[in-house]
Amino acid sequence: MIHKDKERIIVAEFHKKIKEAFEVFDHESNNTVDVREIGTIIRSLGCCPTEGELHDLIAEVEEEEPTGYIRFEKFLPVMTEILLERRYRPIPEDVLLRAFEVLDSAKRGFLTKDELIKYMTEEGEPFSQEEMEEMLSAAIDPESNSIHYKDYITMMVIDEN
Amino acid sequence: MGCSSSSTKTRKSETSLKAALIIQNWYRGYKARLKARQHYALTIFQSIEYADEQGQMQLSTFFSFMFENYAHVHKEELELRKQSLESEQDMRDRHDYVDLIDVPDSYNGPRLQFPLTCTDIDLLLEAFKEQQILHAHYVLEVLFETKKVLKQMPNFTHVQTSPSKELTICGDLHGKLDDLFMIFYKNGLPSENNPYVFNGDFVDRGKNSIEILMILCVSFLVYPNDLHLNRGNHEDFMMNLRYGFTKEILHKYKLHGKRILQILEELYAWLPIGTIVDNEILVIHGGISETTDLNLLHHVERNKMKSVLIPPTETNRDYDTDSKHNKVGVTFNAHGRIKTNGSPIEHLPKHEWEQIIDILWSDPRGKNGCFPNTGRGGGCYFGPDVTSKILNKYQLKMLIRSHECKPEGYEICHDGKVVTIFSASNYYEEGSNRGAYIKLCSGTAPRFFQYQVTKATCFQPLRQRVYTMESSAIKILKERVISRKSDLTRAFQLQDHRKSGKLSLSQWAFCMENILGLNLPWRSLSSNLVNIDKNGNVEYMSSFQNIHIEKPVQEAHSTLVETLYRYRSDLEIIFNAIDTDHSGLISVEEFRAMWKLFSAHYNVLIDDSQVNKLANLMDLNKDGSIDFNEFLKAFYVVHRYEDLMKPGVTNLG
Repeated sequence: MIHKDKERIIVAEFHKKIKEAFEVFDHESNNTVDVREIGTIIRSLGCCPTEGELHDLIAEVEEEEPTGYIRFEKFLPVMTEILLERRYRPIPEDVLLRAFEVLDSAKRGFLTKDELIKYMTEEGEPFSQEEMEEMLSAAIDPESNSIHYKDYITMMVIDEN
Repeated sequence: MGCSSSSTKTRKSETSLKAALIIQNWYRGYKARLKARQHYALTIFQSIEYADEQGQMQLSTFFSFMFENYAHVHKEELELRKQSLESEQDMRDRHDYVDLIDVPDSYNGPRLQFPLTCTDIDLLLEAFKEQQILHAHYVLEVLFETKKVLKQMPNFTHVQTSPSKELTICGDLHGKLDDLFMIFYKNGLPSENNPYVFNGDFVDRGKNSIEILMILCVSFLVYPNDLHLNRGNHEDFMMNLRYGFTKEILHKYKLHGKRILQILEELYAWLPIGTIVDNEILVIHGGISETTDLNLLHHVERNKMKSVLIPPTETNRDYDTDSKHNKVGVTFNAHGRIKTNGSPIEHLPKHEWEQIIDILWSDPRGKNGCFPNTGRGGGCYFGPDVTSKILNKYQLKMLIRSHECKPEGYEICHDGKVVTIFSASNYYEEGSNRGAYIKLCSGTAPRFFQYQVTKATCFQPLRQRVYTMESSAIKILKERVISRKSDLTRAFQLQDHRKSGKLSLSQWAFCMENILGLNLPWRSLSSNLVNIDKNGNVEYMSSFQNIHIEKPVQEAHSTLVETLYRYRSDLEIIFNAIDTDHSGLISVEEFRAMWKLFSAHYNVLIDDSQVNKLANLMDLNKDGSIDFNEFLKAFYVVHRYEDLMKPGVTNLG
């Protein structure tokens, strides 16, 4: 019995949290957001779906005949489930560090700008030009034209907290 | 051999694929959270801005209330004012304004030559780029001439476009001169072949309102048929008192500022209400309501709409000019001082006044219907059905309006029928939004052009821009919080049954929203505003840490201090109004009477003894008078650990 009550409270809190995040992007105040903002909303709630996973999620919350807008009524239950099941957990710092180390086969402690561009735009779920430019602007040390990934990660982690 | 090396290669490419995926995934999450923080900051700025506007509208009802009570008390003073003002009225000639002011030889700013030509426009632009100040003589002459020409314009200007004569529409500029320079740089100066509409809110908030106004007026005088000015809700001397333009003028024109303010008051009221393009596009500053009557608006005497803060009272509808009954009308003049006219009050009838308020203050929303605009306190929220109804009624295709800051400088809603255009980039803070303008040509779709001015040579990285915006927004939000400390503490303690000093996030958010009256994502913002323990509970008193209100008078009770701080803009306006002899001083007795009225109307619970004590304390040299403006200036908020960030919007006026 207590367990059920507790769950209800948790769900209620999730609902409020999701509503807050949704409303900030609901420009016309009519309980819809542009589908292109859904990724931002989901990620702002602390989840990290891949682009592929995001694509599937959007299909789940879209109207049968896609309108370009997602309604809150459809989004809420789906997002609540995600939070309850703790799906798409963010990537821990050490995993991120290891990923960089894998790409840095020579174990120099850094990646050159060109190497980073190559990996990010040719492998995995490639970056758009805009995404690449933005990452470079903060990550690259202009003197050495490279990214010292350990420092970079530390800086980003401080930022987020 | 060959096989093993290729399998190593496959494994290696698999791992690097995985690694790349991890990094990309993480980065996209990080970037999205940055964007969300940017949006939260924008939401904070907007909420506070609209809450302020609501405060301004509230002031309007207070003034009505005040007249009924105050006028009785100080009738003799008002009689005296009446006499001195009647002679003032006669002097409203060009001669008084302009010719009495000499331009000294030592002045090396721009010298305009009347009748104005495009050379004068260039002269002004060059001078303002060098940050020169136009001499008051020319300011007055330009304003006077502009008013003369505006008087001949109808309420709605009708404009036609053609492929060789496209029309450019700009939205709010709010004193941001760099944005106007940017627009002229990208789109060319106004001319017969390059017509412009400036859709209101040229002034307030930014620091170059007078320069913008001068450029627009001079351009208007040179090209009266191709440079169109629409009135915005900030083309209102009462708004200018609160939002910075009045201060800017009095600061830049110490000697002649008051005269400039006087003529501005009249000029504003002569600004046209809107523009109609190609008989199918309506361009107005705010929006519409379901009762908007364009035919009526075409015929109202627009110059009688002095200010949003001077609503028509019941008596205004009575046009009997029965001087035998000695009817003394009471109104405000340019710096909010009470004055009287011997003549009947020159006001619009209530329904006409409301029609104009709707045009200047309304906002479109997604919900069908027409609702009072509770965010701003004036005008309404109008839905897509209202848009369709009104546009169809007058055979129009589109409504172009401004009034709201949009991240991309423009926004289209109501199924393409309503366009918002906003031309002040970085409106709230460096990096907050782009500015935009529209080019119209009959037969083709409107084209949008965006820009963003920046002092740096290249954009800072996204995280830096977001950080700047966020810090600025949180700072002004904290100032709101501290100004309600007593009420908030009471609310928190009411919820804290166990007296633990902690509340759930939900309870904390509930209190914040209720007391502050701001609809914000409190849970998402909580980490910036309070300390949260490892169980996710909020230590609510930490809402007030690292910030306090500096008291000018040590003995003043903290609740009183908070209240004075919170209402200081309102009080400044009110006290300027009472200070009938422009001395900057009010008597202790006036202060007490004023405070009684204020607290009654605003439901502020401060007991009389505290107020009396404060009044006596403020009378520092015990001569019975208080320098109220000095006193109010002394209330400011101190942020501990002030970072090296530049000041945000709180310092604008």
